[in-house]
Parts: sequence; structure tokens; C-alpha cells
Amino acid sequence: MQEALFVLLNGLVYGLLLFMLSSGLTLIVGMMGVLNFAHASFYMLGAYFAYTISVGLGFWPALIAAPLLVGVLGVAVERYGLRAVHRHGKLAELLFTVGLAFIIGEIVPLIWGRSAVPYRVPALLDFPAFTLGGIQYQAYRLFMMAVSVAIFAGLYAALARTRLGLVIRAALTHPDMVAMLGHDVPRVFTLVFGAGCALAGLAGVIGGNAFTTTPGMAEALGAIVFAVVIMGGLGSIPGALIASLAIGLIQTVSITLDMPLGAMLGHIGLPLDPHGALGQITIAHAAPAVPYLMLVLVLALHPRGLMGARAD
Amino acid sequence: MSQPATTLAATKSRHARQGGLKIALVFGLAIVVALIAPHLFASGFGLSLLNRMAIAIVFALSFNMLLGQGGMLDFGHAVFFGLGGFATMHLLKWVDGGLPLPVALLPLAGALGGAFVAVPAGWISTRREGTAFAMITLGIAELAVALVVMIPQWFGGEEGVSGDRSGGMPLFGFDFGAASQIYYVLAFWALIAAALMWGVTRTPLGRLANAVRDNPLRVDFLGYDPARIRFLTFILSGFFAGIAGGMQALNDEILTVSNIGSQASGAVLLMTYIGGVGTFSGPIIGAVLITLLQMALGTLTDAWQLYSGLIFVAMVLWAPGGISGIIRSHAPILRGGLGGRLLAAYLALLPAALVTLAGIIGLAELAYRLQAVRGGGKPGHLFGLAVSPTTPWQWLIPLALFLFGAALLSRLAPGARAAWQEAAAFAAGRRGR
Repeated sequence: MQEALFVLLNGLVYGLLLFMLSSGLTLIVGMMGVLNFAHASFYMLGAYFAYTISVGLGFWPALIAAPLLVGVLGVAVERYGLRAVHRHGKLAELLFTVGLAFIIGEIVPLIWGRSAVPYRVPALLDFPAFTLGGIQYQAYRLFMMAVSVAIFAGLYAALARTRLGLVIRAALTHPDMVAMLGHDVPRVFTLVFGAGCALAGLAGVIGGNAFTTTPGMAEALGAIVFAVVIMGGLGSIPGALIASLAIGLIQTVSITLDMPLGAMLGHIGLPLDPHGALGQITIAHAAPAVPYLMLVLVLALHPRGLMGARAD
Repeated sequence: MSQPATTLAATKSRHARQGGLKIALVFGLAIVVALIAPHLFASGFGLSLLNRMAIAIVFALSFNMLLGQGGMLDFGHAVFFGLGGFATMHLLKWVDGGLPLPVALLPLAGALGGAFVAVPAGWISTRREGTAFAMITLGIAELAVALVVMIPQWFGGEEGVSGDRSGGMPLFGFDFGAASQIYYVLAFWALIAAALMWGVTRTPLGRLANAVRDNPLRVDFLGYDPARIRFLTFILSGFFAGIAGGMQALNDEILTVSNIGSQASGAVLLMTYIGGVGTFSGPIIGAVLITLLQMALGTLTDAWQLYSGLIFVAMVLWAPGGISGIIRSHAPILRGGLGGRLLAAYLALLPAALVTLAGIIGLAELAYRLQAVRGGGKPGHLFGLAVSPTTPWQWLIPLALFLFGAALLSRLAPGARAAWQEAAAFAAGRRGR
């Protein structure tokens, strides 16, 4: 029973981290229809910047400085890269970010090496917060959860209660109309892009030391974040939250289930040869496929995603 | 009234006949090139290069059927390539076991395998367009990779599946074991597949795919279902990607998860885009050029991946039409005899471009060699000079070259662009008269 609670808590932390990444991306996609393929690369940069800063100055300055740095980088990318290719159309914009992700993926191992860097949880939070049934739960995980929830609350308040949030929400569905009303939509977009990148960077700062900081971390998480954004519906923050938590929980739970697929499907009456190639796979084995399986299922039933307003 | 109409029809049919003649000429030329090439590049390296090019051409053309002709960016195109390859490989193993089938026909199994997988994948993805389509294909690709890793009984896990192409029954006395013999099989399939894919662009479906790319709403109003057209194009594209996968299976005699994964999908995007998505010939140019660069530079430098990424981004930023786009925008100028004017403007750019390039190469090579030195390797030489990436001043030279060259380029580029625009306008005006 306690184990189940820990699995659920871990799934919640993972899901909230996914939300921190996908909330920025879904705003970017929703506003300008630009899929930022390099979004997870900014997550990776956040973790690496935080590592370098924490070596010199410690974790707490890194928690502030690394996301800011990543945000500034994001603004520069939008201002001098994306805007330049904008006249070539949406495809060129998307491909620009693909190339950018590729180049960042090549440069990061050049600077920090191909293996994982020793980016550690700060000593202040490196203690078990509580013990249940002989299992300790790390305080840092609670800290991650607190940061994620604070970010969600802040984002929600900013979007729902401020004038800028109103413009952003309007630009999500009717960018042309908002521009006609005299708002500088490209500038708002630069801001959203930078803020989205900074959020991805923050996710890297607090996720890089809880998991591992390696050059492969962007690729590993990138595709899952896209799955979240598509599943939630393009441009929908609540959709992104639901999809993040669902994927985080279901993937974390499925990793811990050691039951073979054949036996499990047998329980619910589906015949699958328990000794065949498919029947022998355990659910834990199948865990990497779970987010994409969920994506395909959601899209098959509801092509716009859970809460998508826009079709494209 | 009837007089001009008949003249118009006659002109039209004459144009069509001329077009047909031109295509026959181009295709005949391609056959001649395919027959001569193995004699010009008879070395082991040359033949392996040609074999890879043949595979890459079919793969890139099938990819452009979606991206260029249908406006669909498929991030998981290697799924159809790789699973087509696995289908071929399993059939090849049966052939090795005594199934009486000529090995040369096996890429057809790849085609069927590719199309078979494209049906469910396309059913999910082609209901959406644009960015959403691209993201869904990415999800499907990840799902396919995860499934392939999960079922080692079918896909061989880490080691992959391997077979022996010379184990089948000989055709006209050839067993296709040697690289020079399998070349003709691959060239045959490349020519057939390319001709068929060109043919598809001329069918009503091919034309409708263009229309859906440009204006899906209008196609919908005309009474066609855009999603259905995307779906059919997707299946066809999977079919041809499967042929390329089958060719790959015969050439390498082994298939692993990496043939399905994101790197293979990224490589075909790189080739197609650099060649140019706007023309039928673009992917062919890209496939030939990138395969050549990859095999030539891949042995020379570790930085090849970074260079290919930089070339890709440079193309997206400054030449979104790719190489074939550059050719197409200069063809009327050259035909109009205005090439001389442009040449001077372009030559003025050349020194600045070379300096910038030298700076970039210097920085990239220093970075990669620094990593090699950290790993205990030797730094080696660059441009005939001994390199020592641990001394800071050695970084200053390429950095200065890069900054100087880039500043010079940004100052000179508007002039060259103006010269091109002037020449293009002049050539267009001349033709108009």
C-alpha cells in the first residue's frame, strides 16, 4: 500500500515536470502555430547551465540564473532566427528549430562531455522528508512538486488575471484580430517564446539533478513532451496539465508492474498466447511505448486532442 | 471561334509531346548513367557509395512525395523504410532456407511491408495537417521504435536481423553476392521506383495532393476529401519507402533498430531539404550529394554531424528552395546570357565566404579535438598545421576569421542579392518581349 503511494507521488512529480515543459510549448504552438522542436533542448541547456553555475556559486543562484539565461537565449533565437525564416512559411520555421535542436545536441557533448555530469541535489534538501513503511521519501521531490505547483498557479494567475494574459489568450485563437486591435503580436510572441524557454530551463534545473543530466536527455523527453501537447490539444493549458499528469502517472505506474502482457490481458478476457512473442512482454518492458500508445488512442477517438480548440 | 480553340489544342498536344520526349530523354540518360557509373567507380568504396546513393534516392523521393508534393512533414518516415527492410529480411531468411524466390525481387516485399504499416499510421495521422500531422508522425515513430525494441523475437533486439543475399537461387547465373552484382539490382529498383514516383505526380491523385498542399479548403469545396487524398498519398509514400528499405536489407544484409529510429528519419529530411523540396529532381540531388559528403567527410572528421546540421540550418535560413531551388532561380538568367554580370558579384563574395567557412571549420575542429585530447587521443593536424586545442590563442585565429568573414559577408551580401534580382528581372523582361 505504501509502495503504491510512493509510485503515485513519483508519477505526480514526473507529470508536473512534464507540465512545466509542455505549458510553454503549447502556448508557443497555439499562438503562432510554430512547433518548437528545440523546446526539450532548452530543458537540457537549463540543466547544464545549472550544473556549471552550481559548481561555482551553488544551487540557489543557479535556480534563478539558469532559467533566465535560457530565457534570454530563447528570445535571441526567436528574434534573430525564427523571425528571419518566418517569411519562408511555417515549414521553414519548424525545420529551423529541428536544425537548432540538432546543433544544440551536438554542441552540448562538446562542452560538457558525452557522459552524465555530476549535477547533484543541493545538500539543504538532501534528506528524507518522511518515512512510510520503511521507505524514505526525498525532500527534494517535495520541493520539485512545490515549485511546479507554484509555477502552475503563477502561470494561471498571469494568464487569467492580467492584461497581458488577456492579450495572449486572445492571440491564441485570433492572432490576426488581436494585431488589428493594435497589439504588437510579434513582440508578445517573443515574450511568450522566451518565457516558455525559461520554463523549460527551470524544468531542467530542478529535473536535471533529480534524474540525470546527459546529452541524451533532450531527445528522451522531447518526444514525450510533443505527445503531451498533441494529446492535450494545441494551445490548451488545462489540456496540457491533464495530459502531463496522465502520462506521468501511467508511465511511472507501468514501470513498476512486472506482470506479463499475456497474463494481464487474460484477466480481462482478451486471448493472447502467454508464451508467444507478445504475451511474454511485461508491462514494465512496455512502459516506453505507453505515452505514444496513449497519444495514438486519444487521436483515434478524438482527433483534436483532449481540449484542443484549433485544428491545425 | 473554333479556329483558336483547335490551335490551342494543337499547341497543347505539341507541348505534351515535347514534354514526353524530354522525360524519355531524361530517363534514358539516367539508365545510361546507371550503367556507366559502376565502371567509373569500380573500387569497393565506389560501389558501396553507389549502392547507398541508389537507396537514398528512392528513400528521399518517397519522403518528398509527402513533404514536397503533399505538404506533409513526416518525422517518422524511417518507420516504413525500416519495417519494409525487416519484411524483406525475413523473406530473405526464408529464401536462404530454401524458398524458391529470386533475391532480386525481394524489395517488393519491402514495398508491401511499408504500405501495410502506412495504413494504420496514415489513418491516425492524415486526419490532421501541418504541425499537428508532423507531431503525430513523431509519436508514431517513437511508438514503432519502442515496439521494435520490445519484441526481440521478431526484430532481433540490439543485434538486429541478418540474412545472406547470395543464399537464394541464382538468376541467369548471378547469385548477387558481390557488391558489383547487387548494384545492378539496386539500380534497377531505383530506376523503376523513381519512374513510378514521377508517374504518380502526373496522376489525378498526384495533382490533388499538390492542391491539398496549397489550399485544402478549396479542394474540400471542389468535392474531394483532403484527408482521404493525404491518406492515399501517405500509403503510396510508405510503399516506396518500403522499396528503399528492401534495397537496404539486400545491400547491408542486416537491419537493426537504428534503421527505424529518429536518426534515419532525420537523415532523409536533411537530404530532401538540402536537395530542394520544390522540384522532383531536388531529393535526387540531395541524396547523391549528402551520401557523397557523408561517406567522404565521415571518414575525415568527427564533426560531420555538426557540419550537416549547420548546412541544414543555413539552407533553411537563406535558401529554403534547396539546391534545386538555387538552380531554378538562376536557370533563366543563364539562358538569357546574363551569367557574366552575376559572376562578378558572386566572385566578390567568394573570399569572404571562404574566410567565414575557414573560421567555422577551425572552431568546430578545435572543439572536437579538444574532446579527443580530453579522452586521451591525439589532436592531429588541420590545414597542414599542428593543432593544439588546449592553448587558448589557437582558438582566437578561427574566431577572428569567422567574425571578420561574417561581417564582410553581411556587408557584401545585399549587393550580390541586388545583382541577382536585377538580372532575374532583366531576364524575365527579355523573355516577356
